[in-house]
Amino acid sequence: MNTSTLEVEEKPKTNAQRISGSEAVLRCLLEEGVDTIFGYPGGAIMPIYDELYKYMDKLNHILVRHEQGASHAAQGYARVTGKTGVCFATSGPGATNLITGIADAQIDSTPLVAITGQVASHLLGTDAFQETDVMGISMPVTKWNYQVTKAEEIPYAIARAFYIANSGRPGPVLIDITKDAQFSEFDFEYEKCTKIRSYHPFPVMESASVDAAAQLINEAKKPMLLVGHGVLISKAQSELLALAEKAGIPMASTLLGLSAVPNKHPQYVGMLGMHGNYAPNIKTNECDLLIAVGMRFDDRVTGDLNTYAKQAKVIHIEIDPAEVDKNVKSDVAIVCDAKAALIALEKKVEQNSHDEWLAEFRALDAIEFEKVGEADLHPTSGEVKMAEVIRIISEKTKGEAVIVTDVGQHQMIASRYYKFEDTRCNVTSGGLGTMGFALPAAMGAKLGRLDKQVIAVIGDGGFQMTIQELGTIFQSKIGVKVLILNNNFLGMVRQWQELFFDRRYSFTEMTNPDFQMISKGYGIPCNKVDKRAELETAIEVFLEHDGPYLLEVCVEKEGNVFPMIPTGESVSNIKLEA
Amino acid sequence: MEKQYTMSVLTEDKAGLLNNLTIILTRRKINIDSLNVSTTEVKGISRFTIVVTTSKDKVDNCVKQFRKLIDVLGAFVYEEDEVYYQELALYKVPTSVFLNGNKIETLVRNNGARILVIEADHIIIEKTGHMEDTQDLYRKLEPLGLLEFVRSGRVAISKSKRKTEAYIKELEETRSNELSIKDY
Ligand SMILES: Cc1ncc(C[n+]2csc(CCOP(=O)(O)OP(=O)(O)O)c2C)c(N)n1
Repeated sequence: MNTSTLEVEEKPKTNAQRISGSEAVLRCLLEEGVDTIFGYPGGAIMPIYDELYKYMDKLNHILVRHEQGASHAAQGYARVTGKTGVCFATSGPGATNLITGIADAQIDSTPLVAITGQVASHLLGTDAFQETDVMGISMPVTKWNYQVTKAEEIPYAIARAFYIANSGRPGPVLIDITKDAQFSEFDFEYEKCTKIRSYHPFPVMESASVDAAAQLINEAKKPMLLVGHGVLISKAQSELLALAEKAGIPMASTLLGLSAVPNKHPQYVGMLGMHGNYAPNIKTNECDLLIAVGMRFDDRVTGDLNTYAKQAKVIHIEIDPAEVDKNVKSDVAIVCDAKAALIALEKKVEQNSHDEWLAEFRALDAIEFEKVGEADLHPTSGEVKMAEVIRIISEKTKGEAVIVTDVGQHQMIASRYYKFEDTRCNVTSGGLGTMGFALPAAMGAKLGRLDKQVIAVIGDGGFQMTIQELGTIFQSKIGVKVLILNNNFLGMVRQWQELFFDRRYSFTEMTNPDFQMISKGYGIPCNKVDKRAELETAIEVFLEHDGPYLLEVCVEKEGNVFPMIPTGESVSNIKLEA
Repeated sequence: MEKQYTMSVLTEDKAGLLNNLTIILTRRKINIDSLNVSTTEVKGISRFTIVVTTSKDKVDNCVKQFRKLIDVLGAFVYEEDEVYYQELALYKVPTSVFLNGNKIETLVRNNGARILVIEADHIIIEKTGHMEDTQDLYRKLEPLGLLEFVRSGRVAISKSKRKTEAYIKELEETRSNELSIKDY
């Protein structure tokens, strides 16, 4: 095999300027419209940081407290803006600390460009100080990675990186740049990448499959739309609504699809999956047609595949051909961008309504509300419940805040009870389920949407995984609202132990530090509530405060999240109680 | 049901791709039976021929994952009867076995093998064929004092009439670099 580097085309330089590789990196980022970078310096990336000093007025660099925070913050930024998130780290430990965020971005299709410094090229492979094989480590969790060993490769590599990260099914890209490549000078010129011979991110829609899908929709008596993250990625929210409204189809959302459809919409029927709503899960096994848009039939959505929607025909609209027929076999697959498919499909479907079918969902909603919702949302005695906190926040923000959740019970409660009315407002780690995600991701989300209220909802366990990012919030004055739902337990694991391990609470009870003192130590105003009577006022202060604020709510220690589909069971076996 | 499949992957001639491809297999605990990398008739394009024993579902899934790699131009999977394939085997035997009245010359000839090199102390025999054939000769030479044996990865060519270049053109037409909504 040829081990040469990217073919940098030999052509006469026109407006070329002689600059260093480091400066070229920053110039490339500016050419790609980057305004915010999350990062942490170190020996192998020092030349780039040195150049950054010169570009501080153009590039807002946020110094995180741990590189994992940089990759999650870049994800948060990307998820709310649709732009590509950017993070920097040094070689070795800096680069390995980025990996969790990169893996998270890969599984949740988030566009990310990570730039890591690397030891000088003559030291590659010598186990030099702070050298790790970041190419080898990142390969399984990136959409593409590339090691730059010559300054001349920088423009081409970065142009490709941005094109690859944010086209087709988005994902993370890593560019590793040796220290000598950062130092050496070359004639800089930049050209955006728009084409790679071996990469075709947008499959061309086949009209035959659109026709077949339209026919299935027109014939269906009980159709159901499954709205995934792909709808948000392709900015197809209004196209989705147009189709759903014309054909009168109920819409259910995946965890990552939340906020694609306003929750008040009369055809919105709730969230799918393990801790989703009762109606859409039950109806999955009663509908006659599933129309899955930009979602990948994750096992958290499908439960046991052998009993999943066997009675239904399946239309799968998906940009990634590898996802088609991977978990659920489709009758018709439209392999292309969701927006294009929905536009084409809307033209071919007939005006219709399915009022009786929709009413069946509402009947199940009523059962869910009676068995779970009422007690969760409006308790009158006992300790504070997570759900009532979310309900109040949802009401006070009119469903228009950006909700960034960590992983655990609070994540499921926030996803179930926050009534999203605005779009691209749900940021969570779905595929990897990364604890420690929310605090840094919320920082990124806030910097991406300064106009929005951004609320991080975090458990006491996950908070402590990236708690040091309070330092970043403090130093960079990032106006995120941090809500800790403290149950002194690794709640979600404890729930499983209660239900499936005979209440053997093996290492899930946590003795927590004084979060108030920690917050104060970081100069972040805070408050702690454990009484229902004080909750509403405390939330008002929390929301109205100008700038970052930490609110700790002590919630019931052994609360459970229902409904629930036990792992590997059929979606029909969704349980409303233990 | 597990079966032997030949996967054929057309790629840009870039470093690191072998690792990319094998990661996809190892993640799924699929063992590689044989592997070959070679250039193709199209400049700058390489072909990986990977033989695995697994189920149809898994092999299809892997091929789809291969296609997702940025530098992969195409990936295909073939069953036994859809390809022409060969392997090359080399056998080293002591020169003395030819002198001891063995019918080794006949053996070589009857098995469609040929003598590649004759040295004072050893002789190299070469044979191409399917694995069963090269294995068969191995079994026959072993009792005579086989010193060393090596077999190459499978090389395979599909029975389809399509040219590699034509395939790449087709690919360009059915998939696109840009999203154009206006056509709909
Ligand atoms: C990095 C990481 N480690 C472990 C887990 C497994 N895990 C999933 S939920 C959970 C408990 C979360 O507890 P907490 O953050 O207090 O939130 P709660 O469930 O109480 O709301 C754990 C340990 C995980 N998802 N991520």
